[in-house]
This record gives sequence, C-alpha cells and structure tokens, in this order.
Amino acid sequence: MTEPITGIVTPIRLDYRYTPGASTSQFLRSIKEGKLVGRRCPRCSKVYLPPRGGCPMCGVEFAEEVAIKNTGTMVTFAVVNVNFANRAVDLPYVTAEVAFDGTDTTTMVLLKGVAPEEARMGMRVKAHWLPESEWDYSLVNIDYVEPIDEPDADFESFKELL
Amino acid sequence: MRDVAIVSFAQHASRREESRNEIEILLPVVREALAPTGLTSQDMGFTISGSSDYLAGQAFAFVQALDAVGPWPPISESHVEMDGAFALYEAWVRLQHGDIDTALVYCFGKSSPGDVARVLSLQLEPYVLGPLWPDAVSLAALQARALLDAGQVTEKDLARVVARSRRNALGNPYAQLRGEYDEASLLEEPLYADPLRMHDCPPVSDGAAVMVLAAGDRARELSEHPVWIRGIDHRIDIQAPGSRDLTTSPSTRLAGQKAGVTKDIDIAELHAPFSHQELILTDALGLDETTTTINPSGGALASNPVMVAGLVRIGEAAMRLQAGEGHRAVAHATSGPLLQQNLVCVLEGQS
Amino acid sequence: MEFAYTRSTGPVVGAFLTGLRDRKVLGAKDSTGRTVVPPPEYDASSAAPIEASTLVEVGQEGTVTSWSWNPVPRLGNPFDVPFAWALVRLDGADTSLLHALDAPRDTITTGMRVKVRWAAETVGFINDIACFEPVAS
Repeated sequence: MTEPITGIVTPIRLDYRYTPGASTSQFLRSIKEGKLVGRRCPRCSKVYLPPRGGCPMCGVEFAEEVAIKNTGTMVTFAVVNVNFANRAVDLPYVTAEVAFDGTDTTTMVLLKGVAPEEARMGMRVKAHWLPESEWDYSLVNIDYVEPIDEPDADFESFKELL
Repeated sequence: MRDVAIVSFAQHASRREESRNEIEILLPVVREALAPTGLTSQDMGFTISGSSDYLAGQAFAFVQALDAVGPWPPISESHVEMDGAFALYEAWVRLQHGDIDTALVYCFGKSSPGDVARVLSLQLEPYVLGPLWPDAVSLAALQARALLDAGQVTEKDLARVVARSRRNALGNPYAQLRGEYDEASLLEEPLYADPLRMHDCPPVSDGAAVMVLAAGDRARELSEHPVWIRGIDHRIDIQAPGSRDLTTSPSTRLAGQKAGVTKDIDIAELHAPFSHQELILTDALGLDETTTTINPSGGALASNPVMVAGLVRIGEAAMRLQAGEGHRAVAHATSGPLLQQNLVCVLEGQS
Repeated sequence: MEFAYTRSTGPVVGAFLTGLRDRKVLGAKDSTGRTVVPPPEYDASSAAPIEASTLVEVGQEGTVTSWSWNPVPRLGNPFDVPFAWALVRLDGADTSLLHALDAPRDTITTGMRVKVRWAAETVGFINDIACFEPVAS
C-alpha cells in the first residue's frame, strides 16, 4: 500500500444515562401499565402526549394529568414504499399521525387493517396494543392503529394539528 | 457604543439532577430571571442560548430547550454551541445594532448523564488528538504539571485555591462543594490524576442560568441597580495543547487588556474548573489578591455546570456589585481545552 | 450514541498520517523557524498555508515536557489500564506531541528520554504510534 492517506474514519461512541424528566417519566410509567396519560398546559389548555418539560408554546410547566383515550383521528399519513434498516414490516405500509382523543398533539404510529390506497385524512382509528406481557416503558407498546366503524372526522376539527 | 447592562440574573442550584430534564430545570430559572423586570420572553428584542448537544446526547437539543422560554408566537432567537457567556457576547453585539433594547440570555447543561470528562474530548482536533480520547482531567493534569515544573506555583498554592473556593462557597447557596478545609490536610489527600488531587478538579454539576440585558435608559427603567458592561472581549489561543505554552494564557491577557481590566478591580469571578487554572488566569489578568476578592462565589471548583459556569461567573460578579459589595468587577469565561478561548468582561455598578 | 465519521484529511494531515504509516514522524517548518509536530495546516503566526511537500522528518526519540497520570482509562484510550499521558518534544521538533507513555508511574519524570513504539501494523492513523516508551539507559 503506497497511496497517500486522504481520509480516515474516526468512530465516536458516547454512553448516556438519560433522564426523561418528571412529566415524561410519568407518561412512561403509565404506558407500561397500558394507559395513555398526557398533560395540560395551564395557560393555553392544550393537552400534550407525550408531555416533555413544559408547554412549548407558552413556556410554562404543565398542570394536571389527563387520561387519553385509545381512539383517535388520523390527521395525516404517508405511504412508505422504501424500506428502512431494521423495519420488519411488509411494504407498502402506512405511517400515521394520530391525534388520540383528548390530546392536542399527534403521535406517529403504524396504520394497519386497511389498504394503503384507502387511507384517508380524518379516518377514525383505535390503538391496538401489544400483549400485556410485552409492555415496556415505550410508545412501542402501541403496535399499530386500525380503522373503527365511525364516520371520518370533519377537516375543521383537526386542521390546526396539521 | 451603546451602554448595556445586566438587569437581572438567576441560576439553578447546581447538583446532579436525577429526575428533571433540561427544560424542567430551565423553566423556573427563566421565570425567576424575568420576574423583577416585569417582562415576558415575548417582550425580549432578542433571545439566545448556549449549550452543547454532545452533553445532552441529543442532536439539536437546544431547539427542544426553547420550550422553556415560550417561543410562540415566533421570537427572534439564536444559539451558540458554547458556554452562555459567549451567548451573552452575541446578545451584547446584537444590542449594539440599536434597534432593540432588551435581550434574554440563557444556558443549560447536564453533565451527569454521560462521562463529561470524555464528552469534552470531542472538542479536540479530531484527526490526530481526538482519536486518542484524552479526557479533560488528564489534559488539565498535563497543564498543572507544566505549571508546577516551571516553578511558578507549588502544590501548596493549588491547595490554597481549593481551600478558599470551598470556604467562599459556604456563602453561596447555589454551590455544590463547600466547607472549611485547611491546606495541610488537603495536601495529605492522595494524588488522583497526578499531579492533581480529586479536590483540584471540579464536581459533576447539572445547571442552568438566565440573564436579562438591557441597553441605556431601558436598563434604568427595568432595574434600580443595573450593572453596566464597561468592556467585553474574547480571544483564542492555538488549539494543539503541545504547540503552546500551557503555563500562560495570552488570550486571557489580551482579552483583559481589550476589555479594560485595570488595577482597581474589587471582585473577580474567574472560570477556572481546575485549581491551577485560577492561578494562570489571575496572573494573565494582572490581579492582586490583596486588593481584589477572587471568586467570592467559590468559582467553578465549587460547582461546574458545563456550558453554564461561565455565564454564572458574570452573573455572580454582577449580583455582588448590585448588592454593593464593590464598584468594579471582572468576570471571565473559558471554552475549549485548557483555557484555549477566553472571554473577559468588566462590570460596574451604579456610579 | 454512536457515529463513525469519515473525514477527509487534507494534504497536510494526510501527509503526516502517510508518514506514520511509513514509520516516520513529520513536522512543519513555520514562519518563525519552529518545527511544529504534528504539522498544522496553516501557519499560526502568518496564517499562510503549509505546503505538504515542505514537511520534514523529525526524530523518533524525544524529551517529556509534561506528563499526567490517567487513573480512569476510557474507551478509545491507548491502554485499558491506568497509564500516563505525555507531551513529548521529539528531537528536531520545537513543539510537543501528545500520546500515551508506557512506563511505571514512579519512573516518569519531566525531561526523561522516550521513543516512539510503533504498532505491529501501521495503517495511517495516530494509533500507528502505539505509545511512547522509555529509552533504555
């Protein structure tokens, strides 16, 4: 080997013991028990799921916890035709932004039980949880959402979430 | 130049934060800093933060931290991947433009989630130094040895710095390490990163600090005792540790001259995370400990929230002037390995 | 958190690393007449670019200008047991190179003579220098 060196690879690896924070910790403890718990901003009254440190609009700490339902509205979605590493889902699949009933934010989750071409904004859906024995401190506990037999939500009712 | 003053300052009591995240640490500090001014973050002409994504272990962590100031409707904001003291510099420059009168400066950093001494390796040149992963404590020890070998200071001088830091920190509710220690017993402790002892190194601290700046008459409206920034400058040395004289800090000396450091300084708050670094800085700024009170807060040896400890030096100096403990102060903040980059500002209370 | 950054070395660092692969240590003559190791890409005084073709070879023995003890070896360090770091001014150089020094703590002194210990295989990376070791007296 006599070619001059023109490039090197410098791997970096850092390990962290991450603190999710008080409100996110409460969310994670709840989801381990199969419950969705959001937090309400005392100023603008919006409910966040999952809650982080405080209301990102108002810059104030959250107030009370709010129980969130397993049903919700798919406010937007994307049909995925290209696979990503480690994603063990048959193509094509639909990734959805769902506003679960009781929140003012959306959560990204897989949509199943409907052909991709039939997915619609405003579609009403329900969370399908993993078996209880597999629940962890993670949103992954919600395996996917599937359509329920309800009329689509009116666009006006969720347009602010887009 | 417009006169710019510190009108308010608040800080988080440094410690390892096991339960709260960065936003939750910041929120009450932002509120405390804004309270005496009667302003909200929406009233600020400019907002800027200082932090490190590597410290947080998250890309763009500073964007998330904006949650703590309530950035909606959109505010005019900026960020530096540096200590909050350098964010203050940008805010000061921004205020010089003349179109705004107020600025909010905040910074935050949790050193406890990772191995902070190793995280700091990532500020090194990444081709022939970074790949060896020399940690911040080992590097500081090389600098301390160079200073001791040069015969400029002794181990006893290091112990004196530590004893004073811990004693002064007794009066600082925000400090992490405090107490009465005598130099002789400190020197009996074993060497850790030879030639440094554990107490020559800073504690692992999580923290946040927030400051409100205002220009001219606006500062007088917002505070009965604004603390004026009379001079501010920052300078940088060669980054390769083996290519410069580690026993001196030419960048601090020059920044001090440009900022207008003179002999009549009542209070100095110096950002020296390691005991020997305070001696290098004191020398570079030409300070005389018999006439200047050095690190009355205890300094970074007493609490060292990385990305925060520099702005805290400025805030501590300002609050002491505001309380009438002196008329003129110098505050210093550092960034980079082994005091590579240094900011100096001269503060004055009401005249 | 883990990333493998692929970095272009540029001509000067590339030449330095190529030198290491060939078991040579190269430095740059700067505008003040100093020989700087490792070579910078730009002259610290004049800001003029350093030409890779002007690099000069320096000695593989040198003098410890400062050292420290690392009690907590970390991922990526040259050794996985407590060891010394040393700044070494190689013969012919005017600045010091930082690397590990393989010597018992109580034998290390500033001013001691050390030499490069090459890795068994050199590939064009700073770890081609495995560490410094004392020159047998």
